[in-house]
Amino acid sequence: MCQVGEDYAEPASEEPPPRQPGREQKCVKCKEGLPVVVIRAGDAFCRDCFKAFYIHKFRAVLGKNRLIFPGEKVLLAWSGGPSSSSMVWQVLEGLSRESAKRLRFVPGIVCIDEGAACGLSPEARAKALAEMKLILQTVGFPWHVVALEEVFDLPPSVLRCFAQEPVGTEGAYKAAVDSFLQQQHVLGAEGAGDSPSLAQGEEQLSWPCTQDPQNPQSPDRPPTAAQTEALSRLFDSVKTLTAKEELLQALRTHLILHVARTHGYSKVMTGDSCTRLAIKLMTSLALGRGAFLAWDTGFSDERHGDVVVVRPMREHTLKEVAFYNHLFAVPSVFTPALDTKAPEKASIHRLMEAFMLRLQDQFPSTVSTVYRTSEKLVKAPRDGCAAGPPGPRCLLCMCALDIDTAGLCLPSPGCSEEGTGEWVLGFSSPLVPSAPLYLQTVPRLLGLRLPCICPRRSPPPHRPLHPAVLQGWGGCRAAVGGPGPARGAALLSQGGPPSPRHRAAVLRLPCEHEGLALPGPPAALHLGRGPAPQPEVPTPTLLREPWGALGRSACGATSHPAASPGPASSSRSRSTWLRTVMMRRRLARAEPEDECPGPETPRVPGLGPLPR
Amino acid sequence: MPAPQCATCHKARAALRRPRSGRALCGACFCAAFEAEVLHTVVAGRLLPSGAVVAVGASGGKDSTVLAPRLGISLRLVAVDEGIGGYRDAALAAVRRQAARWELPLTVVAYADLFGGWTMDAVARSTAGSGRSRACCTFCGVLRRRALEEGARLVGATHIVTGHNADDMAETVLMNFLRGDAARLARGGGLGSPGEGGALPRCRPLQLASQKEVVLYAHFRRLDYFSEECVYAPEAFRGHARHLLKLLEAARPSAVLDLVHSAERLALAPAARPPAPGACSRCGALASRALCQACALLDGLNRGRPRLAIGKGRRGLDEAGPPRDGEPERAPAPDAVPAF
Repeated sequence: MCQVGEDYAEPASEEPPPRQPGREQKCVKCKEGLPVVVIRAGDAFCRDCFKAFYIHKFRAVLGKNRLIFPGEKVLLAWSGGPSSSSMVWQVLEGLSRESAKRLRFVPGIVCIDEGAACGLSPEARAKALAEMKLILQTVGFPWHVVALEEVFDLPPSVLRCFAQEPVGTEGAYKAAVDSFLQQQHVLGAEGAGDSPSLAQGEEQLSWPCTQDPQNPQSPDRPPTAAQTEALSRLFDSVKTLTAKEELLQALRTHLILHVARTHGYSKVMTGDSCTRLAIKLMTSLALGRGAFLAWDTGFSDERHGDVVVVRPMREHTLKEVAFYNHLFAVPSVFTPALDTKAPEKASIHRLMEAFMLRLQDQFPSTVSTVYRTSEKLVKAPRDGCAAGPPGPRCLLCMCALDIDTAGLCLPSPGCSEEGTGEWVLGFSSPLVPSAPLYLQTVPRLLGLRLPCICPRRSPPPHRPLHPAVLQGWGGCRAAVGGPGPARGAALLSQGGPPSPRHRAAVLRLPCEHEGLALPGPPAALHLGRGPAPQPEVPTPTLLREPWGALGRSACGATSHPAASPGPASSSRSRSTWLRTVMMRRRLARAEPEDECPGPETPRVPGLGPLPR
Repeated sequence: MPAPQCATCHKARAALRRPRSGRALCGACFCAAFEAEVLHTVVAGRLLPSGAVVAVGASGGKDSTVLAPRLGISLRLVAVDEGIGGYRDAALAAVRRQAARWELPLTVVAYADLFGGWTMDAVARSTAGSGRSRACCTFCGVLRRRALEEGARLVGATHIVTGHNADDMAETVLMNFLRGDAARLARGGGLGSPGEGGALPRCRPLQLASQKEVVLYAHFRRLDYFSEECVYAPEAFRGHARHLLKLLEAARPSAVLDLVHSAERLALAPAARPPAPGACSRCGALASRALCQACALLDGLNRGRPRLAIGKGRRGLDEAGPPRDGEPERAPAPDAVPAF
């Protein structure tokens, strides 16, 4: 096979003859100690050198990207797994060093209990929680344990991107550090303690932070059974494991963000290791998120404005993390995740993970090569049109929407795949008993943002369309007739099977029109026309300017023939859903019309009633 | 249970389900839909202006066979004979049959003629040994591109068209990422190259068609093509990417096009992008260094050091000056192009 390592990542010199680690081998660094672990391709380290190397990498990553200012409050996202435990341990050790090299920020820990999403029994959850609390108390930082069910109580501010304070430039960082040191010096001279970086194992009550009345943050209050039930239903409604994982990540991010904002943390540290980030990068590629790789896998992620997510463990491979944890007894808790024991082919994430790890076996530089490619990514649109005004953003992941040059608006790929059926439209679904504030305000938010509910890039349904849906198409298409805009909305209507509970298949474009979102707008629009019942459709017009028509004037004329109950669906909620979608598109386009008055379906003039 | 009605014409029985959307179609409607999509790709991307003389890279495989009849411009078939025994000769027989069927002029260019007697089998013999990979695909890919250009110029073509489908593009993206080939990632994406620096513009009309659909189309149109894989294919790195892609597609059918879309939207740092291309000092073709890759590879072969041009640095070649800074990660050898 073409060897990746020697051709592309290693120096061009001939490969050195493999050294057999024998008894006489010494640590490559200090040349004295007995090696205990082999890092990279044949570098054997002794225990102390390995520790120094590991710690140095952590500090170097933090120091190179000068993002964490002294005295800043930083939230550590701890999942209990090895990488995040290692990160927490590094922070703990870093804070207790001699003052010259001490880490200078103020940490807190957040832990999200995801048992409901993973289908754990309450006893198992309680057990895991108890183990976690034990460790949290040992570590001694202020900690917050949040159940995933609390996502139903999130305020809509989570979906907004707050204006960010100007990021400090070189000079600002240096100045901040200098002034901090001076301050410390003065305080030290006065005998007052250092900044209260080590709260003595108390919860956040020792912090002078405001409690959010909606989220009282008492970890002893277990989530109500109704909420757990609602969460399980939400995850069950998502059909594929891939979509479940993406949904879980989005919810987790929002929850952590909320905790950070509530308690005044301006940075969040997550424990993604090099291996995990390489896998995440390839997975994002396969999910269509190529434009946002720099945010998803880079060191810092400032999509949410005031809270910045940083990844200090991004240069440590999983092997190093595992060995460090083993050699230096870093405590961690195992909790089953969503994809524990899932077969390899169950989701894109699992597939990529298995593939990367297998390839890494054969070509040992695979992970580092992919990682280095990720370092070359920048956070800018490819064509360099950064000077333009920031476009609309995806509701869920805060990335810029993929707006085609011809005006068709596409959501961030990967977001629309989630269980947005119930999730975003929770207010119209009868399943969530108390329509949560967070979810209810989504329509109001749409004055600010375009929703994710836009035709997705060629996302075919996973299963053949229900025959009733196909018929519904026939009906809708017949009604739609001429112009593009109506067509666009007709396409929107075919989101999924005609069941009362709309599923994760949010807006799947009909396959024939799958061209809609493709790089070159394909001919799909006039596909399947042949004997179709609309001879009056101006095909040449469509070919010339398909997207302009769709994109710009779409919402004004959003076809409400499709919104009114089509032949395929007889359920009220489906038509409500459709209507809501139409309304939203209209709102989002900032048409000068007033707020959509509710379940009204303005009819497109000139189109007759739907033929049945 | 009987097959459902065709979803488009509602008259005939459905003969297949389209792989991505699951829509049931009869053979004729599917072919019509497929052709319309490909045509739209070409027209909407303004890839082939009318009146162009187009050289169709024909290998005898399914993709180029599907391509040939569909574009309404002046077509010439160009087939490349790499000299792989047991594979290419059989494929060429298929190409000749196709040329006869469509009555298109066929030109065959052989490596042996163009590159001083080096056929792929000879290259493989020369690079074999010492336990390392033969890197056949590296040579084959670069030389085939060159041969195709030469053939196209021979027939007086203005555009070159190849039959790469969506699966090929997705595999290429995966491969480039796994190898860290930032330059190629930066250059890739989009529907073909516009033909900078005197090279002929190339495009891939089937780029958005999935491989399954190409096979189905070839079946319904009863096209005669050659479908065995290249003798050297098991050694190719592309095999890993292909295997992964098949699994991804099974898990999520849109993954193929999502990969292509991701690659288009990748934003790489300016330092990682390839430099503006110049001309080769020996043959005048497009090159980003003093010597184009084909000349460099042949140089290495002729000197008895076949790996001279593979790997970073390309030391030992008589080039004017060392590679420029800012591209330390340039991987000069291209990915292996699948046999099509």
